[in-house]
Amino acid sequence: MNAPFIEQKARQNLAVVDCDIHPAHRTPGELLPYLEPRWREHYQTHGVHVRQALPNALMYPRMMAGGMRADSLPENGGPAGSDLDLLRKQHLDPVNVEFGLLMALSKGGMEERNPGLAAALSHATNDWQIDRWVREEPRLRAGIVVPQEFPEAAVAEIERCAGDRRYVQIMLSSRPSDPLGHRRYWPIYEAAERAGLPIGLHPVGYNGGHPSTGSGWPTFYLQEHYVFVACMEALAASLIIEGVFERFPKLKVVLVEGGFGWAPALAWRMDKHFEKFRKEVAHLKRRPSEYLREHIWWTTQPIEEPAQSRHIVEIIDWIGWDRLLYSSDYPHWDYDNPSFAFKFPMTEEQRRKIFRDNAMALYRLT
Amino acid sequence: MSRHVVCPAAELPPGTRKVVVIDGREIGVFNVEGRLHALLNRCPHGGAAICSGVVTGLSQSSGPGDYRLERRGEFLRCPWHGWEFDMATGQSWCDPRRTRVRSFEVKREAGGDLVMGPYVAERYPVTVEDTYIVVDL
Amino acid sequence: MRIPFAGAIDCDLHPPMPSMAQLLPYLDDYWRDQITNRAIDRMSFAMMSYPPNAPVSARADWRAAQTGRSELDTLRTDVLDAFGLYFGIANVMHGAIALHNDDMAAAICRAVNDWLRAEWLDREPRLRGSILVTPQDPAQAVAEIERLAPDQRFVQVLLPVMGEKLLGRREFFPLYEAAERHGLVVAVHAGSTYRYAPTIVGWPSYQFEDYVAQAQAFANQTISLVVEGVFHRFPRLKVVMLESGVSWLPMTMWRTDKTWRGARPEVPWVDRWPSEIIREHLRFTIQPFDAPDATAVGQTIDRIGTDQVLLFSTDYPHWQFDGADVLPDGLSPHSLMKILVANALETYPRLAQVATTLAAEQAKEDVR
Repeated sequence: MNAPFIEQKARQNLAVVDCDIHPAHRTPGELLPYLEPRWREHYQTHGVHVRQALPNALMYPRMMAGGMRADSLPENGGPAGSDLDLLRKQHLDPVNVEFGLLMALSKGGMEERNPGLAAALSHATNDWQIDRWVREEPRLRAGIVVPQEFPEAAVAEIERCAGDRRYVQIMLSSRPSDPLGHRRYWPIYEAAERAGLPIGLHPVGYNGGHPSTGSGWPTFYLQEHYVFVACMEALAASLIIEGVFERFPKLKVVLVEGGFGWAPALAWRMDKHFEKFRKEVAHLKRRPSEYLREHIWWTTQPIEEPAQSRHIVEIIDWIGWDRLLYSSDYPHWDYDNPSFAFKFPMTEEQRRKIFRDNAMALYRLT
Repeated sequence: MSRHVVCPAAELPPGTRKVVVIDGREIGVFNVEGRLHALLNRCPHGGAAICSGVVTGLSQSSGPGDYRLERRGEFLRCPWHGWEFDMATGQSWCDPRRTRVRSFEVKREAGGDLVMGPYVAERYPVTVEDTYIVVDL
Repeated sequence: MRIPFAGAIDCDLHPPMPSMAQLLPYLDDYWRDQITNRAIDRMSFAMMSYPPNAPVSARADWRAAQTGRSELDTLRTDVLDAFGLYFGIANVMHGAIALHNDDMAAAICRAVNDWLRAEWLDREPRLRGSILVTPQDPAQAVAEIERLAPDQRFVQVLLPVMGEKLLGRREFFPLYEAAERHGLVVAVHAGSTYRYAPTIVGWPSYQFEDYVAQAQAFANQTISLVVEGVFHRFPRLKVVMLESGVSWLPMTMWRTDKTWRGARPEVPWVDRWPSEIIREHLRFTIQPFDAPDATAVGQTIDRIGTDQVLLFSTDYPHWQFDGADVLPDGLSPHSLMKILVANALETYPRLAQVATTLAAEQAKEDVR
């Protein structure tokens, strides 16, 4: 299972595209300069308004260093992921990252309940990504964060940013208030299709108002970590079954940090029971698995590690080697290093696809 | 097998650790309450520089709701995925058979003995009076 | 594929849900008064998870065959005889479990269980029963288990997969203690009391999505039972997942095994691989088996790592298969022996007891 690292190192020398890097604020006030005075004052007075009792804490505290790689804390202070030099030194340079896609989780307005603040936070976070990160480091690319529960404002933010090619996708929280297939979100997909940008779904940290399971809240982080999968399964099913891809045939969706080992079983289940519900969902013209295969991409981290590595190869054979995108999740604790995370043999072509070419094509990176 | 003098024993008091490069390999040498451990600075799972991880004990339990920290100082937790390794053997607690950090023999040796035998002192002029931390590769 | 021999044990079949009029004789005076005078007997207890006329709730040919025959005769012809069953475990998922009044829910559950005993188990020796309990009130659930446990024909306790709390939580431990002590299995069936949205991301528009989401509910319950240490505390307990779909399981095992390696200190009583605990204590019925063909079925079993965890079911009258092809393709003859009979005997202490008794009688007969 564990090949000597020197051997693995030799196998991983090509340039990679990392589809999941998390930039963090150096100080709690970092976004303030990017907010209009009215929202700056509001934010300083009230903070965020989310669906969580402890808005500045993790309801499921992580096992390691607040959910960070314990070795990723900058020496000059500040939280993990807040220091561009350290990001370069610890990840971009040694891993040979050609492009790194930012996933700005913190205070981006995706899960904010106040509509005005939500729009202001998204606006600020998008400007901040360019100003603090992409402008400084040409290997990085931004994702357009949107106030997703207020689709009209989300569309306006997409339209404000989409002309700038440094933004390569639209980012939505995978813990929304409603299943993302609902029609109220469709204007976002229309804007995405028009802009030619994929939608990237990523768990943000706050919930959208629903417990992590259909039977209420889990007790332990070990359980909560699993629901990153459950929300991706539910959203894939929602987008497919509610007809989003039928209505927006050019839409591309990337599921980030939700694993991919579940994809065949979900497709099998949807196809198996489709016949029984066919009349209920008469808007679907094809079997659910066909939409899945045509419209959905998956990032690799945290990669499943079955005891038998052939099992993961079977899963990828089913999904398609052109559908997986390498991601590291730097600086989070469950970081995947490309030299070590893939504990199964790959051909040179398969490696090139997963580590680079699939993302280059999907995001049209140049 | 070659023997390498890492440092004078006084430079590695209890509660400290040191990462040294021997034959191109990064090796972490630990002094935990007087016990010495030497481990390859590379997690066999994800490739982290594991010797920067916390040295701690093992959470044990007799059943749901019972929590105890035992074997304090005997385990190294990887700074990335938090996997626990027994520092004495390098074995992963969850999967001792298949996952282990490479460990090396490490001991204290009197300078007098070292001067007599075959050894590699990369950085330290070895004197007869002192004691040294020595790793066998 | 068709069932190759007679004598199988069907771990999930459903007699039609009784109407409140059918249950009135099984209620005491107080509850009969409440239920008639509040017109509760005119309420429908059909569950959102199984709309009565929806295709999933009853296969069309079975639905048509119900007219003009007694319910028991229909069940005999369509299932017990048709598949040559040795035992069929009857699961009645009555909507009462979703009521907010715990006492009313418990009273109706008692009536359902007594009705099942009198109208089905007493009349058909091949049937075995499940004790329906209201999960949100563990104390009353335990009382109901104690009340019915002396009747050896009840072989399991029945809970819905989506209720108010995840089933690993310690408030359910008394229920598991009682089940283990009496040699009863805990069965978890698809369906929700809809206390919360059936998905983590909210309320889907379509029933199809609700049905698809049941698989995630089973995965969450599996993890909850394992990491909360239910099987550490109750080492002889078995939990059977009914109508779960099965093929989600391998990924859930992989993922939980991996996360456990880093998160183990949070739940130190989990002292071995979660997948190992799952293989030892959890069982899964094979209708539906969410896999398109023999290859996918074989891959799923290979990834689970054993066929020991699979139990035969028809899920009658739910529409999970057509014609007589009650088994998924791709099961080896050896697997079939286990899935159709042996695994159930290994899972259900009370069925094993019957089998042992019968074997002893047969041996005596042979000697004579």
